[in-house]
Amino acid sequence: MKFQKRLLRAEPNFQILTKLWQVNWLYVLLICALAVIGYGALYSAGGGTSRPFAGPQSIRFCFGLVMMLGIALMSPAILVRMAWPLYIFSLILLVAVLRMGHVGKGAERWLMLGGMQVQPSELAKIALVLMLASWFHKISYRSMGNPLMLVPPALMVLLPVALVLKEPNLGTAVIIGTVGASMFFGAGMRLWQIALLVLPMPFLARIAYGHLHDYQKARVTTFLHPESDPLGAGYNIIQSKIALGSGGMWGQGYLRGTQGQLNFLPEKQTDFIFTMIAEEWGYVGGITVIGMLLLLVFGGMLIAMRSRNQFGRLLGLGISMNFFLYCAVNLSMVMGAIPVGGVPLPLISYGGSAMLMVMFGFGLLMSAWVHRNSTFGETTPGEKD
Amino acid sequence: MKLRKKKSGNRLMSRPEEGKNPSRGVFTRRALLLMAAQGAVLGALGERLYGLQVLNGSHYAKLAENNRLSKRFFAPPRGRITDRFGISVAANRINWRALLLAEETSDINGTLERFAQLVPLEPRDSVRIEHELRHKRRFIPIMLRDFLSWDDMARLELNMPSLPGVLIDVGTTRVYPFGPLMAHVVGYVAPPAEKDVVHNAELALPGMRVGRSGIEQTQDLNLRGQVGSVEMEVNAVGRVMAELDRDPGLAGDEIALTIDSGLQQQVLGRIGDQSASAVVMDCRNGEVLAMVSNPSFDPSLFDSGVSQAQWIEWTNNSQTPLINKAVSGLYPPGSTFKPAVAMAALRAGTLSPSDRITCPGYIDVGGTRFHCWSRYGHGTINLRQGLKYSCDVFFYEVARRTGMDPIAATSELFGLGARLPEIELPHVRQGLIPTPTWRRAHGHHWNGGDTIVSGIGQGFVQVTPLQLATYASRIATGRNVQPHLIRSVAGRMADLTDLGRAPGMDMPEHFFADIRAGMYAVVNEEGGTAPKARLDIPGVQMAGKTGSAQVRRVSRAMRESGHFNSANLPWEYRPHALFICFAPYDAPRYATAVVIEHGNAGADVAAPLARDIMTDTLRRDPVNHREPPGQEVAQAEVD
Repeated sequence: MKFQKRLLRAEPNFQILTKLWQVNWLYVLLICALAVIGYGALYSAGGGTSRPFAGPQSIRFCFGLVMMLGIALMSPAILVRMAWPLYIFSLILLVAVLRMGHVGKGAERWLMLGGMQVQPSELAKIALVLMLASWFHKISYRSMGNPLMLVPPALMVLLPVALVLKEPNLGTAVIIGTVGASMFFGAGMRLWQIALLVLPMPFLARIAYGHLHDYQKARVTTFLHPESDPLGAGYNIIQSKIALGSGGMWGQGYLRGTQGQLNFLPEKQTDFIFTMIAEEWGYVGGITVIGMLLLLVFGGMLIAMRSRNQFGRLLGLGISMNFFLYCAVNLSMVMGAIPVGGVPLPLISYGGSAMLMVMFGFGLLMSAWVHRNSTFGETTPGEKD
Repeated sequence: MKLRKKKSGNRLMSRPEEGKNPSRGVFTRRALLLMAAQGAVLGALGERLYGLQVLNGSHYAKLAENNRLSKRFFAPPRGRITDRFGISVAANRINWRALLLAEETSDINGTLERFAQLVPLEPRDSVRIEHELRHKRRFIPIMLRDFLSWDDMARLELNMPSLPGVLIDVGTTRVYPFGPLMAHVVGYVAPPAEKDVVHNAELALPGMRVGRSGIEQTQDLNLRGQVGSVEMEVNAVGRVMAELDRDPGLAGDEIALTIDSGLQQQVLGRIGDQSASAVVMDCRNGEVLAMVSNPSFDPSLFDSGVSQAQWIEWTNNSQTPLINKAVSGLYPPGSTFKPAVAMAALRAGTLSPSDRITCPGYIDVGGTRFHCWSRYGHGTINLRQGLKYSCDVFFYEVARRTGMDPIAATSELFGLGARLPEIELPHVRQGLIPTPTWRRAHGHHWNGGDTIVSGIGQGFVQVTPLQLATYASRIATGRNVQPHLIRSVAGRMADLTDLGRAPGMDMPEHFFADIRAGMYAVVNEEGGTAPKARLDIPGVQMAGKTGSAQVRRVSRAMRESGHFNSANLPWEYRPHALFICFAPYDAPRYATAVVIEHGNAGADVAAPLARDIMTDTLRRDPVNHREPPGQEVAQAEVD
């Protein structure tokens, strides 16, 4: 330790270099591979040019990559200090977007900040993960047994969920809620506490359905009977299934996917980018992408497990869970397994703030990996008892 | 890689037991649980993908094929109509149009404003565009302006960058280069009516037109052609992405008429502004070389829709510009009927060419006195003189002897009051040669006097100018020629275009000779009724017959007052002036019939007109030319 401190004083860049060296480059390589697939898909979605989608997206990715590495170097102590301000900031943005946000396609709300479209719900998810990780890091595993200790983090989850629901963006609200719940679970919430929460759920779901918007209800019904309204709300699902099916085992060939290239596919560059890939590359391409996404999810979870501090573990779990839910909801959606909602496929879909926030999340994950052996400020049972 | 990580996971899992922090152990177990759930969910999605893509792939592939292929049909170009020399009388004009695709511009009003600065829009257009913008889907083009000039196009092309959503597109419109000149023969086209579309879906195609009159109507199916189609890849909003297969369809057949447009023009020039019709025929084969009905109308107005004011003007005009008088106008033939009566009597044996009848200026039949046009009578005359002087009493007596039925039978053989099966025009009227049977069928008694007035082509007798021309042709050749207007369809010559095909008339040739001689005398002999019809061409004579058909009964009181002059009557009560003729007399080639509505006296008005028309025809001699003899005519007129 002393040697290291001396070395740091002599050569300030040493820490940065060692930390950079410690970044899990295999994981970064996997991220880059998916981004390359995304670039190819957007190139095809743009009709064989990089101009509309692929070009801007690749610039965003490079920017995100630099940001990710920057965040990876930040120590957990700094990140914990960032948690509160970031969380409050995200809440302010969520309120602001309700007041003066622009509505696109009835759901996704965005703000214009410095000439950039920002979806506050994207930031809110990452901010919540950071917030919960730092909260559970500070309280001991024992004190989790006290239900009162769970009230503040529960409010931290419910506040953004309520605001996002108000937008109204059901899909993102469910994802935020689920990410929050998984972090409660990972933090060591007692089983009886879980049971107490889960049992009244069906009842609550019924009430919630009553409060859904008409278009959201329509999504549920057309999901159950997509053929009932083939040119209306069921159109997206049917077209997506047709495109997937026409891909077959080996696909139509790159840039030759008829459904995508001919615009039968709705929102092919955003929500339905996976359909585009699977049509052009077939089942082989589709399952490869799913496999790579799964590797990223599992990798994140393993990074979380490797961490020797609760903050890093929960941070890794939250980020992985968030990433996983994005993938799962988007893939289910394009395969007609759940009602359609504006959830992009991370790293691949076209979209600025989603890309930046995903990379921000991976930055936090990398930080957890780089600082996995740090045991900062954690209350160990020995110390406390 | 997965395996190795799992192993490391196991290794991690064992750690908490050694360590001191229970939260780590709990976390690891629960994280593994979550990973199992995550793996299960993504695995299930992979399985679903397998089902969609591989197991049901062919089903969806078929749906996909339907999704992207779209067959569209387009209207074939309508067949051209030409005159006998190949000069277009109905053609298609390329019509450059500016269209607006609303979905391709974010600022429709701005685009329209800039467009209007380049190519002015009529207020009517602006209203229509606004209406269509509200009612049409955004990907269906809206017509901004058609018939763009080259200047308009150049200005638009130059400013295309500032006109997002504006397209320039080409269609065709029917044009009639001769306008009113050929309107009655060629007819016109109009957009199909809704009931037409019900019977034939092809007609719903944009640009499809239906013939509404003339050759355009009767030859509509030939002219229409075969609908073309193009198979295209379209996107979900129906926009064309690529063309896969094209069936160009078949352009409509080109139809060549027997009309000589140059002659037609000259005939119209001769008619001037009289309400009249004239038909010139090749009397050997029935080809109609000119068919003029005056006044006329502009057929191209129907393509875009006729204005209410224009329509009212046409329909209220007593000179009926919309009606083809040559086939739809019915007139009493008057004295032009006399050769037919003579032939009927010769055939019936009630008259021989040498029989003489005395004309005292009147005849009494069944207690009624019938006057000759000449108050003092023509004395004792034979058939030749009867025709030459157009003596009414002679033909009253011939008709009385012969009876109505033989007269009707013979005149129908000449085409009078008969159907002319070959004429390719709509609204052809048959006219009437009355018979006692016909009269009784209508609940009336046939009087002896009815036969008498029919003998001079008055009373119930009604014929068309085309029938008169056919009649003249048949007298001239003794052959059953059939008038027709079409020379060839898509290059195939129509039947009966050569002399040999027209069968003989089953009437003795010497009867024809007697009648022709009488008609020769009418024009060429001193005292004939139509000296004004004498041709000014050396060595060529014309034979003809005048006619003045009363449209109102002239009362005896008026006649006996001695001051009767039909020229003083109001226009609509004046007699029609008629003339039929053929030339050259010794080798007949052309036959002409002229009817001038309320023209008063055939001898004074119709005969000179017929002579002029015949002179023009003979000078052009269209049947002996393969090329339009336009220059020669111009030369001749200068002389």
